[in-house]
Amino acid sequence: MISLDALLSRDVRAGARLLRWIDDGNAEARGLLKQLYPHTGKGTIIGITGNPGAGKSTLTDQLIHRYRKQGKSVAVVAVDPSSPFSGGALLGDRIRMQEHAVDDDVFIRSFATRGHLGGLTNTTTDVVHALDAMGWQIILIETVGVGQDEVEVQRLAHTTVVTMAPGLGDEIQAIKAGILEIADIFAVNKSDREGADRTVSELQMMLDIGYVSPAEQAHHGGSILLRDQRQERVCPQGWVPHIVKTIATTGDGVDELMTALAEHTQAFQNACQDESFGRARQRQEFLDVFRRALFERGWSYLMHEDHLNQILDQLLDGSADPYTLAEEAVKTLYRL
Amino acid sequence: MTEQRKIRVLIAKPGLDGHDRGAKIVARSLRDAGMEVIYTGLHQTPEMIVSAAIQEDVDAIGMSIMSGAHNVLMPVVVEGLAEKNAQDIAVFGGGIIPEDDIPDLKEKGIKAVFTPGTPTADIITWIKENISPK
Ligand SMILES: Nc1nc2c(ncn2[C@@H]2O[C@H](COP(=O)(O)OP(=O)(O)OP(=O)(O)O)[C@@H](O)[C@H]2O)c(=O)[nH]1
Ligand SMILES: [Mg+2]
Repeated sequence: MISLDALLSRDVRAGARLLRWIDDGNAEARGLLKQLYPHTGKGTIIGITGNPGAGKSTLTDQLIHRYRKQGKSVAVVAVDPSSPFSGGALLGDRIRMQEHAVDDDVFIRSFATRGHLGGLTNTTTDVVHALDAMGWQIILIETVGVGQDEVEVQRLAHTTVVTMAPGLGDEIQAIKAGILEIADIFAVNKSDREGADRTVSELQMMLDIGYVSPAEQAHHGGSILLRDQRQERVCPQGWVPHIVKTIATTGDGVDELMTALAEHTQAFQNACQDESFGRARQRQEFLDVFRRALFERGWSYLMHEDHLNQILDQLLDGSADPYTLAEEAVKTLYRL
Repeated sequence: MTEQRKIRVLIAKPGLDGHDRGAKIVARSLRDAGMEVIYTGLHQTPEMIVSAAIQEDVDAIGMSIMSGAHNVLMPVVVEGLAEKNAQDIAVFGGGIIPEDDIPDLKEKGIKAVFTPGTPTADIITWIKENISPK
């Protein structure tokens, strides 16, 4: 049993256990999430993404430090991939955040991707809602790359920082992976290394080519929302991604990163004054929750009472095609 | 929701010595055995270990100690967990620990002690038999 009061008073044991339940898909978590939801909406949610080794954890550590100096409580959600072979995971992001291990106003939790429901969905969204409701003021989410299951997290974040290291060809990766579209701020980290200025200018160039300025949008009769096509993120109008050079190991440039974060938070809050912006965010959030509910329902039907095996039998003996079988399963499932 | 429980283990390296080879080998083997392993790095104080274990809501803590400080550090972690009402988290240890010290450690709540040369498979078996995910 976890009490709602314990959660709302930010009891660490209760909170940690709820996150465990969410991660494990324990049915009781859903009930608590429903009760917690009315308390969400106060925290600032920041996504920190980027290739393995780019310096996300070290940078996160620097951000924790600065937010703590401002007197804000900080929760960190660090997501690393599960091993596709064993299903286990080695989670090491905490190593870079040692300094805050015994600060009561810092909460750090590591998660493995686990491939929830066959990788179609993840539980990070629920984790962030829980932390927000519990009263954590700053919620930092560290994730790798832009896999399908991470897009949802980035939609949820108010601000997304893409961390890049020079000399890894990250700039080219960025366009291919659609990272240009998700970044509100680029942190060109390891700028003590050669090539940082080149990375900055290449990024700048790509933004110049690929970015449709709000003015242009308006000219083409665009909506007041600057919405990118590929990730369907709802972003504040008029925001042009900032590029900041950092050295996470020394803290150089992190103040500038904090400034960029504060500016984006302000832009986000201003945008929230606009009813249609709020509605668009809400739409996005609901669609993600709805999609997960659909998947969960469908998944448990398939895995229940041999349904999947029956389908496989028919496919293997050639008596039916997958399109028909999928349609039939959906019809049975929703009693259409 | 579909339930998918996993054993979560914190592998910690308390004390001043800088040898974490053993700890890393254990961490990797546990991962390969399907567990989620949180590795916190070198020079952990008991306080840091207790706090990390609670935040991560692990099922067990494995401590690797090479410096001879096991008689102090391991029991302090057990006490620290009890103080935070987290005695359900099992503590086990490994490293250079004389056989003679083991009974005393067990008395103080350390659930298992693995001396150098213990095959990692034995540690995995012990965890699977004695620890169940919450
Ligand atoms: N020279 C230099 N090294 C850095 C900098 N930032 C981080 N590093 C080092 O880069 C390595 C990786 O840093 P992490 O912070 O663990 O990177 P990460 O992106 O969190 O890595 P994963 O979580 O494994 O994807 C570490 O050895 C850091 O010390 C930097 O600005 N300059
Ligand atoms: Mg990291």
